[in-house]
Amino acid sequence: MNPRDPIAEERTTLVIEEGLPVLAAGHTYKSVTDKISAIVLAKKRGRGWWIGLAIALTGFMVLNYSIAYLLAVGVGIWGINIPVGWGFAITNFVWWIGIGHAGTLISAFLLLMRQKWRTSINRFAEAMTIFAVSCAGVFPLLHMGRPWLFYWMLPYPDTMGTWPQFRSPLVWDVFAVSTYATVSVLFWFVGLIPDLATLRDRAKNLFARKIYGFLSMGWRGSAMHWSRHETATLLLAGLATPLVVSVHTVVSLDFTAAIVPGWHSTIFPPYFVAGAIYSGFAMVLTLAIPLRKFYKLDDFITLRHLDNMGKILLATGLIVAYSYMMETFMAFYSGNPYDRSMMMNRMFGPYATVYWALIVCNLFAVQTLWWPKMRRSALGLFIVSLIVQTGMWLERFVIIVTSLSRDFLPSSWGMFYPTKWDWMTFLGTIGLFFTLFYLFIRYLPMISIFELRELVHKEEESKA
Amino acid sequence: MNGHDNSIDLIRLREMTDGDRQRFWRSLEELAESPGFQASAQHEFPVSRRAGDAAAQSASGVSRRDLLKLVGASTAVATLAACTKLPVEKIVPYVRQPEEFVPGVPLYYATALPFGGYAQGMLVESHLGRPTKVEGNPDHPASLGAASLFAQASVLTLYDPDRSQVPTHLGRVASWDAFQAEITDALNNHRPSKGAGIRLLTENVTSPTLAQQIRAFLAQFPSAKWHQYEPCGFDAAREGSRLAFGEYVNTVYRFARAEVILALDSDFLCSGAGAVRYAHDFADKRRVVDARSTLNRLYAVESTPLSTGAVADHRLRLRSSDIEGLVRAVAAGLGVSGVGQASVPAGVPANWIPALVRDLQAHRGASIVIVGDQQPPVVHGLAHAINHALGNAGATVIHTEPVEANPGDGMQSLSELVADMKAGQVELLVIMGANPVYNAPADLGFAEQFMKVKLRVRLGLYNDETSELCHWHIPESHYLEAWGDCRAYDGTASVIQPLIAPLYTSKSAYEFMAALLNQPNTSAHDLVYQYWTEHAPADQAARFRNFEAFWESSLNNGTIAGTVFAPKQVALQGRFAAPGGPPDANPGDLEIVFRPDPAIWDGSFANNGWLQELPRPLTKLTWDNAAQVSPATAQRLSLNREDVVKLTYEGRELSAPVLIVPGHADNSVTLHLGYGRRRAGGIGTGVGVNAYSIRTSANPGFGVGLQIQKTGARYHLVTTQNQHIINQDGRRVEEESQAAFKRDIVRVATLTEFQGHPDFAADPPEETTQAPSMYPAYNYKKGYQWGMSIDLNSCTGCNACIVACYAENNIPVVGKEQVDDGRDMQWIRVDTYYRGSLDAPEAYNQVVMCMQCENAPCEYVCPVGATVHSPEGLNVMVYNRCVGTRYCSNNCPYKVRRFNFYLYSDWTTPSLYPLRNPDVTVRSRGVMEKCSYCLQRINEVKIKAEREDRAIHDGEILTACQQTCPTQAIVFGNINDPASRVARLKAQSRQYGLLRDLNTRPRTTYLARVTNPNPELAGPRAQES
Repeated sequence: MNPRDPIAEERTTLVIEEGLPVLAAGHTYKSVTDKISAIVLAKKRGRGWWIGLAIALTGFMVLNYSIAYLLAVGVGIWGINIPVGWGFAITNFVWWIGIGHAGTLISAFLLLMRQKWRTSINRFAEAMTIFAVSCAGVFPLLHMGRPWLFYWMLPYPDTMGTWPQFRSPLVWDVFAVSTYATVSVLFWFVGLIPDLATLRDRAKNLFARKIYGFLSMGWRGSAMHWSRHETATLLLAGLATPLVVSVHTVVSLDFTAAIVPGWHSTIFPPYFVAGAIYSGFAMVLTLAIPLRKFYKLDDFITLRHLDNMGKILLATGLIVAYSYMMETFMAFYSGNPYDRSMMMNRMFGPYATVYWALIVCNLFAVQTLWWPKMRRSALGLFIVSLIVQTGMWLERFVIIVTSLSRDFLPSSWGMFYPTKWDWMTFLGTIGLFFTLFYLFIRYLPMISIFELRELVHKEEESKA
Repeated sequence: MNGHDNSIDLIRLREMTDGDRQRFWRSLEELAESPGFQASAQHEFPVSRRAGDAAAQSASGVSRRDLLKLVGASTAVATLAACTKLPVEKIVPYVRQPEEFVPGVPLYYATALPFGGYAQGMLVESHLGRPTKVEGNPDHPASLGAASLFAQASVLTLYDPDRSQVPTHLGRVASWDAFQAEITDALNNHRPSKGAGIRLLTENVTSPTLAQQIRAFLAQFPSAKWHQYEPCGFDAAREGSRLAFGEYVNTVYRFARAEVILALDSDFLCSGAGAVRYAHDFADKRRVVDARSTLNRLYAVESTPLSTGAVADHRLRLRSSDIEGLVRAVAAGLGVSGVGQASVPAGVPANWIPALVRDLQAHRGASIVIVGDQQPPVVHGLAHAINHALGNAGATVIHTEPVEANPGDGMQSLSELVADMKAGQVELLVIMGANPVYNAPADLGFAEQFMKVKLRVRLGLYNDETSELCHWHIPESHYLEAWGDCRAYDGTASVIQPLIAPLYTSKSAYEFMAALLNQPNTSAHDLVYQYWTEHAPADQAARFRNFEAFWESSLNNGTIAGTVFAPKQVALQGRFAAPGGPPDANPGDLEIVFRPDPAIWDGSFANNGWLQELPRPLTKLTWDNAAQVSPATAQRLSLNREDVVKLTYEGRELSAPVLIVPGHADNSVTLHLGYGRRRAGGIGTGVGVNAYSIRTSANPGFGVGLQIQKTGARYHLVTTQNQHIINQDGRRVEEESQAAFKRDIVRVATLTEFQGHPDFAADPPEETTQAPSMYPAYNYKKGYQWGMSIDLNSCTGCNACIVACYAENNIPVVGKEQVDDGRDMQWIRVDTYYRGSLDAPEAYNQVVMCMQCENAPCEYVCPVGATVHSPEGLNVMVYNRCVGTRYCSNNCPYKVRRFNFYLYSDWTTPSLYPLRNPDVTVRSRGVMEKCSYCLQRINEVKIKAEREDRAIHDGEILTACQQTCPTQAIVFGNINDPASRVARLKAQSRQYGLLRDLNTRPRTTYLARVTNPNPELAGPRAQES
């Protein structure tokens, strides 16, 4: 990115202290619709899009290759061992699931809170959620020793009368994540219907018309449709909102329910949720900032959005910082020798570098967002968001790997070193994520058109 | 290796049948002997014909026409085969089941493992005619029901796919008949000279039958010579006895009567002919029941940290070359005359020897001084003198006739053989068993002189380094395949019963000797039977109605009654203290110590994966040997772990990686023998470095004058504990061990402390009762409740339990790389922790396997219920149900679960199929596994007891680890029965649970260690030296 973003700079100078606009002035229903649908319906794909997709697809192919080899040979290709039975796979799983959270928070929680500013970011944030959950979902399956038996985790009637073992947090995970994926997809799709109808109506290409027509499920925009749509959206938002809290809570229980020092901690559920939103908003920023630049969407994704997201990042970052402090404090205050040596090991043991890198990434980078100027600098926010995501990945790694590498019996202490397959699988899911994302921005409206039109309407109303 | 060679031969033979279709041949051997084949074989060294070459050839030009020819030829051969009239050999199913033969119910046969020539009595489990598991024979004096790790592992050697399978002549497949013809001719040629050019080389022979055969042979060829060479034998002890008594005598130690023991460089608890029995007797004198119990006291002086030293109450680390000085000082202190000038070696604390001497004097007739086989004869002689002076001879130290049929100094014998070969006097050398090309001392130059022998014949289990250089190689039958006999450490003779017909076209030593005696096709059974009809102890045989009944009784018991040697009165000669041994050396000079490896011994077990993968006692090193040095010496020479150094000793060089071992003597380097095999097989070839290549015949145990030079290279060593941990400064190993003591993982007290606080190790009551739980408690009032108790006072860390577990539970071998990745599969392990200074720490061993927790952390986290609680209190693992999330292992505080990260079990090698215990699943990849308290054994007895409508007796079920444990440190049983042995042990005040503060409520508990230091030598054990 160009470090001197002239548009952003210009806007910054024009800021009126109270209230940046959520939509640039002068937009009409038509201009909004034109601008967004044009991205999808344009004949030519930009060169940048092609290059980006090519890179992402390469990553995706690396993932496929790693998965094929993994299935052929076994999880031994990773660096996991006894004592460290979980390594990159679960780290990546928790990280990706966490990233997904911001999408749900924006689309559902902020909808219920009637936050206007969510409108222009919710669509791609929701898409991000779904793609992140897809990436996350790969790992619990692959990390199993015998992944072809994954369905044994599901409660289905079988002739042997066997059931999942419901005391296991992994079973809770199955329910939490599958519910989350289902609700997220539904919510996203329901939200897409009016826009799909718009695309159907505007598409010149017969094939596109058929596809969009099929997907828009006969939307005609009647008042009855809108009314039902509104109700469905609100209902789904109501369903999705508790999921923002529950999914990562359940994921955190994977660790809390165990007795491993460094995992067995009551602070984990809120700490994980805050961390999830933290990394999720970082990912939204990572995606939004280039999008608004390359597709010239700064009218819709305004500095107001960046500013608000920066604030959320700061707030959740502070919660995360508090959690770290509490975790460390409790390790010493509890008097539990295992917890204490776990914390000493984290800070000064063989993985100390990773721990301090995580502290720097998660606690210090975000402090720059106290300054409004930083929050409104696209480049600054972009860099901070990348640092935060790295930090959050490191956090999961530290929680999982350092805790396992040295637990109770010193004779069984061991080290985890990632193999090339660990890296390939991880980077491969990033490829998968961006492949899906590139396809999404090309074939679906990345900003909700009908909601923006609503916003135009409201702006006009408020002016009148 | 062999399989590979053979398959190459087959390729070549097939080419010949292609080229010469008109010719008929009856057997591969006939074809193999044809001039055409031999020419083609000599034309090209077979090994170079690898698959790649063959592929290249086919790519370059097998024409379609050639291919069709080949197809035609094959079809013709097949048709021919189909036309052959097959012999009528009826097979008939059982109409009535033979007695005692129930499919699924194993049978046990008594036999004996010859180890270094000495018998270890065994009961071998046989499933449908295939031996699967070796167990100790309770009726055998060297076993008493326990078995060494070598005995346990021997069953894998039986099924080793790399064993040689066919006789070979000049490296090519040959037939036994052809050999018989050639050797008869050759021997006949030597008859005129009375066999002056014939030499026989064997290992230690204790077998009366074989000895008789060899004597018969020597009677036919009076000028022939019989040499015996055992690379890690008892030469020094034998020569020592000759120094002391003027004749060879065998020494048997009665540890059951010894109160004070001084072990000098001796690992008597873990190695040697009587080790299993000695460990048993030693541990019996250390059993602590309550505060009134008394303990024996063990002083160990050793250079290399040994298992024996880890158990000792006082361990003094001293260079092997300084031990002679120490013995002389002790002897002088005890008033033994004629020991010469006694200067206490440097490094011995001033009050150590006086205190030891007083302690020995206070226990006259109830003490033992025992010397390791690495020490020179003079030290053995001095020890005999001390034992005599203390009145131990006849009380705790018994002398008997030698057990070997023909005792002698093996090193001397081998030197003479080499000299004869060099002089060109040897025309026919027959080697039975021994592998001198690999393990002869380097200074003899055996291999070079060996090639001067006109006809070299070898009988051996493997087509190894020696066979490679022989004209003839005859595969030797494994002891589980052939009849034989041998004597134990005390002279007790046993008949070796075969458990299975030979798997390959192999011959036992008896059959081989019969062939030399021109008695072809005499069965070994008949030879052994015949011998004992003539030599059975008359008084014993008379108790039976005929010899047949006596024979059957002997087979059944595993020993031949009345064959134990009677104690022999010997008088001390004046020569025992004759100066000898290594020359006096500057204390700063480096010494090198050669020891047999605690796992693969002299290298004969090098191709045994169970043993190679075994973490060696204390060092936890696997799959390698290393130049072991003390931390201080490493610091002085600025060596780090894994630095490759060049060892220069007596003009020979060897590069070896460095391993820093706490507790090693300073200025001393230990290098274990048995590694660096060039032709051991797929497992053992190329593992480690060959210490024989710098060992000399003059000082086979150790020697001074070693030079060390850093090469700058690094070599990765894999240890299962302390991995990457012990650096030059040793900081990290202390961290681990300190944590272990801080966490009360190891609990230890001296006898005095224990008497003051009998419950010093006890867990607080809140840790032993059920804490409040959301889940209802299990009802354990009725039926059996299994539990285990491990006495840390008895455990020597010998590793036999690990190998027994391998055999019993079909545990796979994973290889060095996987062990390095932390993926070793052993269900039971021996953890070692150190306390005290890094230079001379106390070592504590702790056997850890699944604790079968009452509140098992593994159970509730499994998403599919693959690990569940049984009504009898076990955590059972359902392999079929496991999907492999590894959550259970993460949550296991003891880290005793093992995961099949890959397909570790060998599912493709046919020879390993019959090895497997049919009662235990062979696990596939992606499945978690762990100790099950040998559930299959529990069920076997339970079924039997239920059928007989009775309760299971205490001690009726023995887990594999318990059964093989020489010291009976592991006791398993029903804890619901307060009278059971395990319940009584658990009631002891020393009982504690590992990590009980986690509320796991483990069913396996430990009995804390109690040491018995000499009050005169104040301070903890670590303060010495």
